[in-house]
Amino acid sequence: MATQHSRSAARIMMAPAVILLLGWMLVPLTMTVIFSFKKYLPLRGGDLGWVGFDNYVRFVSSSTFWPSVQATLVIVGGVLAITVVFGVLLALLLDQPMWGQGVVRILVIAPFFVMPTVSALVWKNIFMDPVNGLFAHLWKFFGAEPISWLSEASMPSIILIVSWQWLPFATLILLTAMQSLDSEQLEAAEMDGASPLARFGYIVLPHLGRAITVVVLIQTIFLLSIFAEIFVTTQGAFGTRTLTYLIFQRVLESQNIGLGSAGGVYAIILANIVAAFLMRIVGKNLDT
Amino acid sequence: MARSVTPQRKAINTIAAWAVGLVIFFPILWTILTSFKTEAQAINDPPLFLFFDWTLENYAVVQERSNYMRFLWNSIIIAGGSTVLGIIIAVPAAWSMAFVPSKRTKDILLWMLSTKMLPAVGVLYPIYLIFIRMGLLDSRAGLVIVLMLINLPIIVWMLYTYFKEIPGEILEAARMDGASLKEEILYVLTPMAIPGIASTLLLNIILAWNEAFWTLNLTAAQAAPLTAFIASYSSPEGLFYAKLSAASTMAIAPILILGWFSQKQLVRGLTFGAVK
Amino acid sequence: MSLRSALCAATALSLGTAGAGVAETITIATVNNGDMIRMQGYSDHFTEATGIEVEWVTLEENVLRQRVTTDITTKGGQFDIMTIGMYETPIWGNNGWLVPLDDLSEAYDINDILPAMRNGLSHDGTLYAAPFYGESSMIMYRTDLMEQAGLDMPEAPTWEFIRDAAVAMTDREKEINGICLRGKAGWGEGGAFITTTANSFGARWFDENWTAQFDQPEWKEALSFFVDLMEDAGPPGYSTNGFNENLSLFQQGKCGMWIDATVAASFVTNPEESTVADKVGFALAPNHDGVEKRANWLWAWALGIPAGTNNEAAAKQFIEWATSKEYIELVAANEGWANVPPGARTSLYETPEYQDVPFADMTLKSIEAADPTNPTVDPVPYVGIQFVAIPEFAGIATQVSQEFSAVYAGQQTVDEALEKAQAFTSEEMEAAGY
Repeated sequence: MATQHSRSAARIMMAPAVILLLGWMLVPLTMTVIFSFKKYLPLRGGDLGWVGFDNYVRFVSSSTFWPSVQATLVIVGGVLAITVVFGVLLALLLDQPMWGQGVVRILVIAPFFVMPTVSALVWKNIFMDPVNGLFAHLWKFFGAEPISWLSEASMPSIILIVSWQWLPFATLILLTAMQSLDSEQLEAAEMDGASPLARFGYIVLPHLGRAITVVVLIQTIFLLSIFAEIFVTTQGAFGTRTLTYLIFQRVLESQNIGLGSAGGVYAIILANIVAAFLMRIVGKNLDT
Repeated sequence: MARSVTPQRKAINTIAAWAVGLVIFFPILWTILTSFKTEAQAINDPPLFLFFDWTLENYAVVQERSNYMRFLWNSIIIAGGSTVLGIIIAVPAAWSMAFVPSKRTKDILLWMLSTKMLPAVGVLYPIYLIFIRMGLLDSRAGLVIVLMLINLPIIVWMLYTYFKEIPGEILEAARMDGASLKEEILYVLTPMAIPGIASTLLLNIILAWNEAFWTLNLTAAQAAPLTAFIASYSSPEGLFYAKLSAASTMAIAPILILGWFSQKQLVRGLTFGAVK
Repeated sequence: MSLRSALCAATALSLGTAGAGVAETITIATVNNGDMIRMQGYSDHFTEATGIEVEWVTLEENVLRQRVTTDITTKGGQFDIMTIGMYETPIWGNNGWLVPLDDLSEAYDINDILPAMRNGLSHDGTLYAAPFYGESSMIMYRTDLMEQAGLDMPEAPTWEFIRDAAVAMTDREKEINGICLRGKAGWGEGGAFITTTANSFGARWFDENWTAQFDQPEWKEALSFFVDLMEDAGPPGYSTNGFNENLSLFQQGKCGMWIDATVAASFVTNPEESTVADKVGFALAPNHDGVEKRANWLWAWALGIPAGTNNEAAAKQFIEWATSKEYIELVAANEGWANVPPGARTSLYETPEYQDVPFADMTLKSIEAADPTNPTVDPVPYVGIQFVAIPEFAGIATQVSQEFSAVYAGQQTVDEALEKAQAFTSEEMEAAGY
């Protein structure tokens, strides 16, 4: 159906989006790459000349680099695991007949509307504070010593906060996918005496494969760059310094633009490795 | 997948689902409740659930301290403006990708998504310098542009997946009847894609509303949206749980209400092509 | 919004005070501390008197710092007045980024500003930011608990006394912690506190050749003492407690002692906020037995004008108003003397009414006891007590204090943290070219 005419029209229609995104990517990226080869210290007079690969070497050889890559991957991996597993379970539950389904769906979807800054502030102060937080009251009620969540269990706490924000998203997409499942197929399997577990494993889960891929892809894109949750809660202390946060510290706290820019370039490389990896899976899954 | 089940089974489902729903919603509920307490009641041990002296004092204090309406208005303009602009730019692109696919369509789509992975902090300096040069600092126009660019890949992708579900034959038929390209998009494609566009619109308003890095760093007094409003309540001196809760409630209420009212549209469209 | 400004302009005109007829507007970035929020409330008085409109950007401290630093280094010009501290002022002044405040009016009486504050906010003898309020740190303690423990707080106690008193006051059953101190990561939070503690144990950040000193025994002694003290008598989870967290603990009666900013005194003695308002005593920050330096810092939140602003004259007018004697009197008349911004002006401490305020005397003594040009026992090449006034410090100290906070949280040992701090600081200083 694609004639020569429509193909050139298509190209023209695609142009604004492509050009804008190209500009959005290339202009700052070029500037970042230029800065990364410079000794650029705003508090010491700004641009102090070219330094070759010094910033790149310094950034990776710093004792903070590998832990930050690890922290990034742990957070992304942890949140993905939690949201996918609980998302599937929740979708299964919400797909069942019940009274007040609409209201329950509203309750489940709500965290997605809360801005990350607010959710981090609320969790940090009103829930996880070791003295006045609700969890501390709860722990004391059961006679346990309150936990200082954000220091003693910093990583799980942050993963919990972020998962709470993204669980609704995963649940909704998985629920929509679930609803498109042919119920006759399930009933037939039930007649044949397939156990619930077998029905889930052989019919439901394969059907959800595509939706899970989409959830993983979209969330990874957002999770790689989470910032507010860490800035508000631990400020990168207690092993929660992600690569994004490390770059923030270099650029804004240390005011070392050159070093931070080199870090930015590394982060872009990491993001692209993850992206390439994801794209391979998704690309296959989306083709069908 | 509506199946008939026994009332007992339905009751169990209902209880389980409501329990889970309430647990997930509880942090928001608790924040809203806390916003009506006095500061002392907010940290009372044991925590007070419903039986306390309900007060609006915190809202009054927050309103007195900051001009909530201005922050709210900025949020609306920035979130709404960036989304609408994004959709205007994305519709033609998504159309051509869906109906005139080439070998490179998928690559372009995936490349667009990959631009979302650039760490914002890494390019703060360049963007700030560009904004100074163009006089866009602390302007709503500047933020509309930035947030549009940030969300454009998601918008294009969402629209692309909706458009792909529209059978090509219908368009063929319209073309046979002599519809121009413009008419084809305007009268045939758009009505069919309305649910998809609506949910794209909603999702991106939510994303733009909640974006807290650029909106905070590129604004001062004039264009600051609700994310900046909340940044002045994060840890003031003394007891602040009730005031923080009130400010939080004010910051999330508009989008929460919008989300709830339109959740059907949002849910219907929120598939990202995950459903075939 | 346009309606609002139109209304304001109309009001200004009808009062006949709008100088040239067009209302000038200045934008002020400030921190969300109580005194600044109060100033925001009173700025209507300023607008009425001068016709100059004021726009506020009120942000939490960390966000504010990030925001104003980005703006000043790129010359973004978003603000006409920035609220900055003693750390930024000399560095920015040196770079020529701030308008020198050397031509303030006669009535402003610049010589009335406390010498310690004036020196801390000057570079090469030129004042670059005017102090809105100033502070040192001191001990705030519960007189009732001290009595119960059978102890008597001297005016100038040692750390050894503090430790004994803290242990004696601690009653975990009743949720009373003998002492609450900052453990939160961040150079201005726990980093500031541990640095003053280190000073009082005879430690220092750098020697005269800018070599990091974390491998010296004094640091180990100071850090170990702090950790043991907090283990024995501190609140749970103190590794995330900063100024605000401790303030709220103290106000709820959960701390026997608290060593922190002198400005906290007005909050803990305010019966509307504090459950222990009438049971608070004050003393100088402690020293380690045999070390002459005490653990008190010096800080000021000050108002500075970024060079290149279009509203320099109006901004200066505002600064003169906000840091004037008249502003202090205005607050005193409306909120009582205990609530005026402290620590900036000599005349305040000579006011008879203010001398009756229970913490006034100890605040002044603490400020006078702090010497930023000579902060440590052994000589150092830097200025600043709880910070080192070099551009690299904020970045280094934040990461160092994160390592320390990990010790407080029980995630590593004192030795491990000091080793990492030494390595990291040396790395950064070398990168900066020292």
